[in-house]
Amino acid sequence: MLPGLAYFLLFHYGALVGNVIAFKEYVPFDGLWGSPWTGGGNFQRMFEDTAFWDSVLNTVWIAVLQLVFYFPVPLGLALLLHSLTWSSVRRFVQSVAYLPHFISWVIVVALFQQLLGDTGLLNSGLDGMGLHTVDIIGNPDAFKPLVVAQVIWKDAGWGTIIFLAALAQVDEQQYEAAAIDGAGPWRRFWHVTLPAVRPVIVLLLIMRLGDILSVGFEQMLLQRDAVGPEASEIIDTFVYYRGIVGGDYGFAAAAGLFKGVVGALLVYAANKVAHRLGEQGVYK
Amino acid sequence: MRRSPVRRPPGRRPSTRPSWLERPRPLTQAAKAVALAVVVLLVCVPFLVIVSTSLASTDEVVANGGWVLWPTDPSLKAYRDILDGGIVTHALGVSVGVTVVGTLLSLLCTVTLAYALARPGVFGGRPVLLLVLFTFLFPPGMIPSFLLVKELGLLDSYASLVLPVLVNVFNLVVLRGFFQGIPDELYEAARLDGAGDLRVLVSVVLPLSKAALAVVGLFYAVAYWNSWFYASLYLESDHWPLQQVLRTYVVAGSGLTDATTGEGTVTAPQTVQMAVLVIATVPILLIYPFLQKYFTKGVLTGAIKS
Repeated sequence: MLPGLAYFLLFHYGALVGNVIAFKEYVPFDGLWGSPWTGGGNFQRMFEDTAFWDSVLNTVWIAVLQLVFYFPVPLGLALLLHSLTWSSVRRFVQSVAYLPHFISWVIVVALFQQLLGDTGLLNSGLDGMGLHTVDIIGNPDAFKPLVVAQVIWKDAGWGTIIFLAALAQVDEQQYEAAAIDGAGPWRRFWHVTLPAVRPVIVLLLIMRLGDILSVGFEQMLLQRDAVGPEASEIIDTFVYYRGIVGGDYGFAAAAGLFKGVVGALLVYAANKVAHRLGEQGVYK
Repeated sequence: MRRSPVRRPPGRRPSTRPSWLERPRPLTQAAKAVALAVVVLLVCVPFLVIVSTSLASTDEVVANGGWVLWPTDPSLKAYRDILDGGIVTHALGVSVGVTVVGTLLSLLCTVTLAYALARPGVFGGRPVLLLVLFTFLFPPGMIPSFLLVKELGLLDSYASLVLPVLVNVFNLVVLRGFFQGIPDELYEAARLDGAGDLRVLVSVVLPLSKAALAVVGLFYAVAYWNSWFYASLYLESDHWPLQQVLRTYVVAGSGLTDATTGEGTVTAPQTVQMAVLVIATVPILLIYPFLQKYFTKGVLTGAIKS
């Protein structure tokens, strides 16, 4: 177990200790430990920075949009797949739907550019029919729906796995018994199928709420140039641009630490709520 | 999800429809068929467009407004151009190397740690488990991680793509769950035969865990193959893996020539861009069908046990 443990101690706990930089003014020449302390100075600057709060707002906004528009899709797809009795069709569709999950964000973004960009499939189609073309990729107003659509394309299929697993655990005899008692398809759905996936729905919802400060970092970073920071800056890209690009390490680490602490508190609180509701929760 | 195999009378259509389930109305069936077709097309058409465009001639692509659905005169010219020993060939080598070495190292560390954490009574097992799970709840953050890599002198080395992401907590939990599912009697029998921990792991546990190893190995391989952010963070351009090359020349649209010869910023032709995309996707498409059958099993062991 030593190599794995050494990895965690060095790259997680070592880096965790490195968070002291959030309370320092980083001077490259003096290194992490030699740099002077500033106390809460970085945090004070951060709380007064409107760009920081804009990025928080964007993050939460995108997370909420995902919750409303992405979250139901895997569930619906899983219910659809579960209702198929022709198993070869079901397995084929499952294989196809899982696939985009394994494609990198670079490729997904490139794909969307090719299909929806100004010379892409959609616009040459519209142009060919003599209609106005639409700029979806470079338009800041369209950015949030676009990123939600990308998440749906990439992960909705993969997200069905956990629902399908819950559905598969239902004993066939329950359906049979319900059918013999005279329950039609809708009643069977309502009284047998839904209760089976309810714990999973609650669990995933709570996890999503706890994770609300994290939306796809790579996804946003890749597309930030096309639409500008107003529409696309999230906390993670804010940290990246201020710290690694801008060299303001202490300040960016403070923003990252803020996100980490609030995120951990949210996950903890969400898990408490899960226990309160009698669900299993994420851990223990 | 596969249902338990039911013996059906010979000569019947392979359907698992139970006798009590009524056949859905034609309208419902049609709606379902349309929905499934839409899902399949939404995934397949983008890939088809990419492959077709990469095979078409530049003239045809330009005449068609940037893409082709069915090339009239398919050729492999774009592939010959990029695989001619230029930046893409080099990047392909880097990606393959990092993926292979990274996956093996990650599996080694994950398997040994998961095995230690799965056996009861290992010295310090519980605190180490909590230590590991805590990192899941509280990741260290981008800036400290970056400074750590910098202070360790790993900047611009391939190790910076592997070491900081060596063990993934989710994969660890999947493997641990799987190891815990192996009956205790097997461990005890091996113990009685005088096998040490390492021996038990290699000759008893691993052969029984092929499904879990396949899934976790795939997850690692895909993560290494797909990663570009660490490359953009830690590496100079002459060490770039494929995803970072893709990002620069396809997503950001910089000229393909300017990194190789240092002059000229002509954007690479569409066919070449698409060919790079295809090359970056093909390895995943190749291993995917072989490992796909293990997904549900592997993912579920992790999900349930955690």
